Parts: sequence; C-alpha cells; structure tokens
Amino acid sequence: MDTALLIEKSILVLLLFLVSLGAAAYMTYFERKLAAWIQDRVGPDRAGPFGILQPIADGVKMFLKEDFIPAKADKWLFIIGPGIAMFTALITSAVVPWGPKLHLFGRDIALQVADINIGILYVFGVLSVGVYGIMIGGWASNNKYSLYGAIRASSQMISYELAMGVSAITIVLLSGSLSLNDIVTQQSGVWNVFYQPVAFFIFFVCSLAELNRAPFDLPECESELVGGYHTEYSSMKLGLYLFAEYTSMFVSSAIMAILFFGGYHFPGMSHFSGNTLAILGIAALAIKIFIFIFVIMWIRWTIPRFRFDQLMHLGWKTLLPLSLINLLITGLVIAFKNGWF
Amino acid sequence: MESLTNRKKVVSDKPMTLWEKAYLPAIISGMMTTMRHMFRKRKTIKYPEETREFAPVYRGQHVLKRDEQGRENCTACGLCAVACPAEAITMTSAERERGQEQLYREEKYAATYEINMLRCIFCGLCEEACPKEAIFLTDRLVPTFFERDNFIYGKDKLVETLDERIDITNRQHTGKRSQI
Repeated sequence: MDTALLIEKSILVLLLFLVSLGAAAYMTYFERKLAAWIQDRVGPDRAGPFGILQPIADGVKMFLKEDFIPAKADKWLFIIGPGIAMFTALITSAVVPWGPKLHLFGRDIALQVADINIGILYVFGVLSVGVYGIMIGGWASNNKYSLYGAIRASSQMISYELAMGVSAITIVLLSGSLSLNDIVTQQSGVWNVFYQPVAFFIFFVCSLAELNRAPFDLPECESELVGGYHTEYSSMKLGLYLFAEYTSMFVSSAIMAILFFGGYHFPGMSHFSGNTLAILGIAALAIKIFIFIFVIMWIRWTIPRFRFDQLMHLGWKTLLPLSLINLLITGLVIAFKNGWF
Repeated sequence: MESLTNRKKVVSDKPMTLWEKAYLPAIISGMMTTMRHMFRKRKTIKYPEETREFAPVYRGQHVLKRDEQGRENCTACGLCAVACPAEAITMTSAERERGQEQLYREEKYAATYEINMLRCIFCGLCEEACPKEAIFLTDRLVPTFFERDNFIYGKDKLVETLDERIDITNRQHTGKRSQI
C-alpha cells in the first residue's frame, strides 16, 4: 500500500477520533445548558468562564470514582459491555464523507476514512452491533433493573430498525447506490429531504429510538429502572456508556445530514472551489450536525417518555406501515419515470 | 355550587380526533413552549456572588444589644429563656460591681448567655419577651460548622461590639426599641 495514503488515513482516523470524543464531551455540556435554559435556569457556570471546562471536570470526576464490579456479575462481559458500546459508536463515523476533497501537499485527500460501496449497510450493521454493548452490559450486571433495561433496549432497537431500514431503502432507490459518497454527490442540486419528507421523518424518529433518547429512553428511565442497563456501572465504565450515547448521537446526526440534507452541500456552492470549498463544505456539514443535535436535545427536554406499549404500537403499527407505503409509492414513481409500465 | 375560583375547567373524555391522534401538532406546540422558555430571563440567583434580598422582618442570628452609651442592655431576667419554645437559651446572672457602670446598664447582668443555634427555631419569641430591648433577631445567617459545639453561641458572638453596632431599626417593629 501507498505509504502516503497510510499516513493520510491514519491522521484522518486520529482526527475523527478526537473530534468525535470532543464533540461528545461538549454535547454533554451543551445538553445541560440547554436543559437549564428550557427550565429557566442558568446551568453549569462554575468551571471556567460560562462553565466551559465542565466536561473536563466531569471527566476527571469519572476517572477518580471507584471502579466497582458487583460480586455476582460476569466480570469479563461486564468489562466488555461499555467497550463494545463505545467501539461501535466510534467506528460508524468511518464511512461518513465529511467534506469535498482537500488538496494538500500535491495530493487529493478524500475526507472519508473508507469509501466502501455498501456504506449504508455498514452503518446499519454497526448500529445493530451497538445494541450488544447495552445487552451484554445489562445482562452481565446480574441485576433485574439492568436486565430489564437491556431487554427494552434490544426489543426497541429491533422494532425501530425495520422502519429505519425501509426509509433508508427509499433513499437507496432514489440514488441507486449504497455508497454514502455517491448519495451525497447526487444531492448537489436538490436535497433528498425535499423528495422524501416522510422517509426523513420516519428515519428521524427511529434514530431517536435507536439512540435511546427521549421520548424513547425507556432502557434507562430513572423512574422505573433506577439507571436501566447501566445501574451497576460506575467510574469510567459508566462514563463510556454515557459517552457512547453522545458519540452515536453525533454520528447519527451526521448520517441524517448525509442521507437527507445533502451532506456537505450548501446553497451557492458553485462559487467556490479547491480547499476553500472543502473547508466550507466541512463547516456546512458541521452546522447541519449541530442543528440536528440541537433538535434532538430540544425534543428530549420537551416531550415526556413513552409507555412501553405505546412505543411498540408506534414502531410496529404506525412507522413500519408508513415507511412501507412510502417505499411502495417511491418505487412506483421511479418505475413510471423509467417507463416500465 | 357556585364556583369559588375562576380556575374551574370542565373536562371531557370524548375520544380523540384524528388531528389529536397524530400527536405532531401537540408536540410542535410543546416544543414552541420550550423554545420560548429558552429566551426567558433566568430566575437563578448565583448565591455566593449575589444574595436574595432579605425581608425587613427576617429572623436570623440573634444580637445582644448595647445602649447609646455602649452598656449591655441585658439584665439576665431569664424571660427570653422562659419564652423560648425550643429551650435554646441558657444564662447565668451576676451582680454589677462598683466601677462596672459603663459596662452594664442594670445592677444585674448576664455573666454567661448562650444560645444553642441547633435548637433555636428562630421564632422571635425571645425578642418579644425581652423587657429591656436587649435581644433582637437580625438578617445575619448562622453559618454551618462541622462540630456541634460550634453552634452554641456565647456572649462573644452574640453581644454587638462597640465599633460595629448592628442596625435593627428596619427589622422588627415591637414598638419598644431605642434608636440604635
């Protein structure tokens, strides 16, 4: 393999790792601030100006706590659980195209770690593995609350992945490719959300469920299950679970921006070229991701939690039929356009 | 029956319409509500830097007053201790010696005077009972300590110092107090 390529990709991977973790850390801060604003409070403001160092203080706190493993817990699975959660949250970002090609040191650098031609399948595969982190952690804790949380998480994921997958298939039908790079490139004119608003809506709701975010945060609802699947976790293992949640929120927002909102495309893009374009593209994607994160948090602090039967009802009886009808109509329209009838 | 307030609302349990079943309008209106709150003025008082304004009749830490010439008002009659429902006040009395006239106003004075701040309920009955305008509650807060002993306030903490008189004119209006 080309050495320069290897170095380039390694740097990109390292950067992505740092950016994902940094974004996740500051999302915790932003979430607390937003919650405070919505509740007419000030929020964290003690660590540094405007509390800007709060995530660092939280991280130090997490590391200094006692790392406790319950006596009856399955020790190895208990340790592996948060690792899997964090690992899957981080590797999803590998296929995300972060921007147009950069031109540095006489080389065209693609801002995507791996342009695999089945990008969407990869994303869905990794998302499905993500539930194992929760499942294993909840089961290994040997605690009924943890187990309940884990069961809820897995049943919820299975229910919502179907509708999510079907709405992603409509996008695949539209673009005729499974590669995320192709999907983004095809949206240079009109974003997919204008063709597929229903699919986007379903995808968004299902993402909330996949992320275990309110109003679908049943796996960790405090009022019923103490802490849900991470009841028995402490110290940085708990920190990893919480961090994984925020990292996957970041990555999911990126995926939504890419599938439906044109990725790094922005209006008036044709006026720029070269590295300026690349940097503006990255900024555009970052702004889209930020807006998604904001909306997800905004929803969390507005809507109360679903009951479990309501959750299942919504998933199987509403979102799945809706996405199937949407898929059918999309397919028919495409068939008509191609003159297959 | 005639409604006592204008807050009465008639509730109904008629089945939801399709519009209501869609939930989205309700969700969006809820999100608008939270959005409005995001730009509201914050109600937080950042405590160590700012403090809440005290009411003029706030009942905080006690003070044993001196009169205009700097003599202690307290004559150790014990009425405050009798009035105290929490039995927080104890004192011993002593007779004023010749030459102590500039220290104590009456012939008898409190040799020790202790209030247990853990027992005190800050009801203000001691102040009401006092015939000599000696004890008053002020807007000062009793701080926290790690040891219980520290909460027993003696005369060293209760009696106001000559150079730092405690102003109580805006506080309780018992109608029997001197100007200082």
